[in-house]
Amino acid sequence: MLAKRIIPCMDIKNGRVVKGVQFENLRDAGDPVSLAKEYNRQGADEVSFLDIMASVESRDTVLELVKTVSKELFIPFAVGGGIRTVDDARAILQAGAEKVSIGSAAVINSSLIDEAVQQFGAQAIVLSIDAKKNPTMDSGYELYINGGREATGLDALDFAKKTAAGELLLNAIDADGTKTGYDIAGTKLFSEALTIPVIASGGAGSPEDILAVLTEGKADAALAASIFHYGKYTIADVKAYLRKNDVEVRQ
Amino acid sequence: MITVIETGNVGSVVRAFEALGVQCTVTRDPTVVQNAERLVLPGVGIFGDLMEQIAPLKEALIEFITAGRPFLGICVGLQVLFEESDESPGVAGLCICKGNVRKFTKGKVPQIGWNTLTTKDVHLDNKSYVYFVNSYYVEPKEDITVATTDYNGEFVSAIRKDNVFAVQFHPEKSGGVGLRILERWLEC
Repeated sequence: MLAKRIIPCMDIKNGRVVKGVQFENLRDAGDPVSLAKEYNRQGADEVSFLDIMASVESRDTVLELVKTVSKELFIPFAVGGGIRTVDDARAILQAGAEKVSIGSAAVINSSLIDEAVQQFGAQAIVLSIDAKKNPTMDSGYELYINGGREATGLDALDFAKKTAAGELLLNAIDADGTKTGYDIAGTKLFSEALTIPVIASGGAGSPEDILAVLTEGKADAALAASIFHYGKYTIADVKAYLRKNDVEVRQ
Repeated sequence: MITVIETGNVGSVVRAFEALGVQCTVTRDPTVVQNAERLVLPGVGIFGDLMEQIAPLKEALIEFITAGRPFLGICVGLQVLFEESDESPGVAGLCICKGNVRKFTKGKVPQIGWNTLTTKDVHLDNKSYVYFVNSYYVEPKEDITVATTDYNGEFVSAIRKDNVFAVQFHPEKSGGVGLRILERWLEC
């Protein structure tokens, strides 16, 4: 049976991990490559890098990072942030990333994902959306862009249903950063309505939260940042907890 | 020395072999393909697109395989060994194996993630997790299946026919388990 995936996410700024990570065995907590290797050792199923600067200047740094990671890590990894054109996506995929996630640019340029899928296949493209509760929308969720700051007036679920991407990264921005748990009802709504896998993001604070989003929330994968960064729980801890609760995870 | 057929993004396959200390030649030259010691056909994307890309190599590929040297097919590189695919109706595959390629009809499509192998094959570990990304799977019409996997029903995840070994999953993205599979293939 297909295992549920646990995906640690690292926010990158100028080639460094932004949030300080406290692992005793890591000499340089800000080095994304060391951290990615540590997560791999702990049993991460994938790794996700988010370039939060996403400026033209930071692009070369990110490409270097992708090249280094791909030489050292033989599990899938995704890169997001600032991918605005098919050429941006190509550069990151050629540097060795398995997938690129495209967010705001997919809303601004409605053909970007279609073109990227045609060139690289749906498996290489993740649609990343910020969804915020809004009862005036049919689905109850409005699509936001630019890091969740700007409302689009579009129904988030409706937008996701039309995508050609191979996967959806659903960031519930009401829950993001709260560590009070994922938006379970919202994740379930998206996961049941879509035919592509859904990665839940935003709000993870404990192994119980991850269990809830993978079971009640019907997510195919759970992405989390700070729960792992601060060393409170390792990925192995979370997987052991999930296994104990009869969730299929990779050993 | 390993020869890898250039098909889209071959980088991760090359890097995995390099991590095992083996150099790769990446090529689309029919002469190089035909004279390779060991040949790898990776493949991501669409059946018809891959057939179009390797069309100039078709004869060289078939000659290489007929000569009996080790061949490894990965993902769509497995699927094109068959006769045809639901993904690209009317496009003939390499017809090295009898059977067709079907689309998953249950569950989320594509299947993305880690799933287990049920196998007795010497190159694979029974119950080990490997990484899959696929919407289609092969349905052999001859006895060549060496591993199956459950995705809302059993499908064929690896085949072996004489010197041809081909897998639906991505050994180059399957961590230590995947690297061991590649290492064993290098030893055969």
